[in-house]
Amino acid sequence: MASFSMTDTTTASPPTPQSTPRLETAAQPERLRRVAIEPLTRVEGHGKVTLLLDEHDRVHQVRLHIVEFRGFERFIQGRPYWEVPVMVQRLCGICPVSHHLAAAKAMDVIVGARALTPTAEKVRRLMHYGQILQSHALHFFHLASPDLLFGFDSEVARRNIVAVAQAHPDIARKGVLLRKFGQEVIRITAGKRIHGTGAIPGGVNKNVSPEERDALLKDIYHVIAWSREAVALARQLYEQDPALYGEFGSIRAHQLCLVRADGAMDLYHGGLRARTADGETLFDHLDYDRYWEHILEEVKPWSYMKFPFLRALGPEQGWYRVGPLARVTLCDTIPTPLADHARREFLAYAGGSAARATMGTHWARMIEVLHAAEVIKALLHDPDIHGEDLVTQGERSERGVGIIEAPRGTLIHHYRVNEDDVVTRCNLIVSTTHNNQAMNESIRQVARRYLDGRRLTEGLLNHIEVAIRAFDPCLSCATHALGQMPLAVELVDASGQTLDRITRDAPSVC
Amino acid sequence: MNSFLLDGAEIPFEPGQTVIQAALAAGHYIPHLCYHPEFVPHGSCKLCTVRADGRPTAACTLPAQAGLKVESETEELNDLRRTLVQMLFAEGNHFCPSCEKSGNCVLQALGYDLGVMTAGFRHFFLDRPVDASHPDILLDFNRCVLCKLCVRASEEVDGKGVFSLAGRGIQRRLIVSAESGRLADTDIAVTDKAVEVCPVGVILRKRVGFRVPIGRRRFDARPISAQALEDAPRKPEHKHE
Ligand code: SF4
Ligand code: FES
Repeated sequence: MASFSMTDTTTASPPTPQSTPRLETAAQPERLRRVAIEPLTRVEGHGKVTLLLDEHDRVHQVRLHIVEFRGFERFIQGRPYWEVPVMVQRLCGICPVSHHLAAAKAMDVIVGARALTPTAEKVRRLMHYGQILQSHALHFFHLASPDLLFGFDSEVARRNIVAVAQAHPDIARKGVLLRKFGQEVIRITAGKRIHGTGAIPGGVNKNVSPEERDALLKDIYHVIAWSREAVALARQLYEQDPALYGEFGSIRAHQLCLVRADGAMDLYHGGLRARTADGETLFDHLDYDRYWEHILEEVKPWSYMKFPFLRALGPEQGWYRVGPLARVTLCDTIPTPLADHARREFLAYAGGSAARATMGTHWARMIEVLHAAEVIKALLHDPDIHGEDLVTQGERSERGVGIIEAPRGTLIHHYRVNEDDVVTRCNLIVSTTHNNQAMNESIRQVARRYLDGRRLTEGLLNHIEVAIRAFDPCLSCATHALGQMPLAVELVDASGQTLDRITRDAPSVC
Repeated sequence: MNSFLLDGAEIPFEPGQTVIQAALAAGHYIPHLCYHPEFVPHGSCKLCTVRADGRPTAACTLPAQAGLKVESETEELNDLRRTLVQMLFAEGNHFCPSCEKSGNCVLQALGYDLGVMTAGFRHFFLDRPVDASHPDILLDFNRCVLCKLCVRASEEVDGKGVFSLAGRGIQRRLIVSAESGRLADTDIAVTDKAVEVCPVGVILRKRVGFRVPIGRRRFDARPISAQALEDAPRKPEHKHE
């Protein structure tokens, strides 16, 4: 059963100090108390935050550890390539469709489908924007909004969608309906809400029938209206306390995302754009087929998850951020009018401070929800989605890379397939991995500002989760039970004596 | 015409028919896996077990006899069938959501139709690499239920003898009749009956994968109990010799 345990013990074998950013590695860890915030549930891997404190509760080291599901890369070896897009959906409970599509894009290259038929391309885009909508709605309304509506150290019992529904029934209802609509788009394009099969190497296995389109069209105007309200809500929450939101967990980060050939936002396909925190362009419209010449992965002794970095800047300086904030600020424009208007307002807000803030990510996320709704509307009016020409192929390749902008950021799938049609190598870089260092930096900032020198309380520890949740809902340890996970926070001294204990029970919602 | 009783219903039969053939022809379903209307019964999976005059017997090999009292739709027998299905799942590696045979698979369809809701047994999690050596056909040994249909089809219809079952008991497994053991070194062709007949996802046409969308697969429209009646020969042309 999911639970948190927070243990406070002396550290095991201390890692070697190195010239890493402040709070990554404490100077004398053996003399410090260790606090772990540890979820025992696994969604996409699982996460744990450890803090090292001295006797005055000063914070010396903060680390986010994520156990990544790398076993998958081994598991997929020896399997036929056409199975991969369906198989990879086991990787993530929240955005299986992103993995489905990234793998399908890689397999398009394998089967030589350099350009898909218009029907295949548009049905896949529909599926993807449906996924963006449902995942972003879940992330914002179900998982993050309680922190934002009730405060970062609000009562534990209120940190869930049920409490949101009680206090703000209209907000909760629309969040639920937005998500449902996204799931419906997925069901129609992929065949099922989860574990669908819609995208196959070289195309799709079904089109959208006029009846299916009509069913979606019926609601699309409401969906756009609700999405506009969601943007307004995200802004309003930010405006409750612009000083707090502007600084909370904020970091100066380089950024990476896909952009369309004309520089516009495109979450399904494009070239890679990377800019430094100062806005200097490192590369642009980069053909992602050779991503590995520009993005390397570093291993650190204390974490199972790799730390990717931009080769041009090196492992120390080259870490970067991906996801809604990167995308909304890196694109030249959003190619749908309402979302682009919202983007310009966001960029202009308080001298651009929201566009640099970690907590601005939620606002950017809702701008993407609006964009997704507008794209879905346009696609539903496009007769190509009813076409019969579904699959194409060409000259076979041994190696295929597929990159997509998943809800939480850039997602890379990379395969080698031999002449017998089986996968011989696989490398995945998921959004969470790209953001690994950025999240670590962000929670260190929070720890310095809010936890340092203070007696730890559950509310203070939630501040760490609030920062993580800006990037990623899974690690916030809240996904499985929609923010209502049973939580036991224990402070145990070096001899194993429990000093303090805070618990919350999970309501039976999941 | 001669007849016997199946769960109280009178089932007419012609001489030479088995209980399952007569039952299916008369529109009465008896769950089965290794029985196939086009092949001589093999009687190995025991899923078709009924009580004939009180004695448990495989309905696919039991010749119909006038006046026989057969019970099939009983809680006891369906429990037994569920257990057999659970054992088959435990023995192989069947992960339905990412199996391309999903929706067309007899084992999965039986599981749904019989209401198998739990794993029941600890799964073996054997590591069985696929044989992808043939240019057009893939063999995924993880999913074999040892029904011997491919063996029978390759011998009787294709005249090739590409497959056989080797080993006994828990060691029993499908092998390819070639010195190398590789499918590429046999004369199997993608059009062979042996390729078509596999009820689960072992013998697969390459590069087809998930081309048929969810909703248009064989068992999406109707459960296997209804599909089997649809497929059953109405005339007793496939008699048990
Ligand atoms: S390969 Fe298929 S047809 Fe052959 S024995 Fe195994 S399950 Fe039966
Ligand atoms: S169907 Fe009768 S024993 Fe298998």
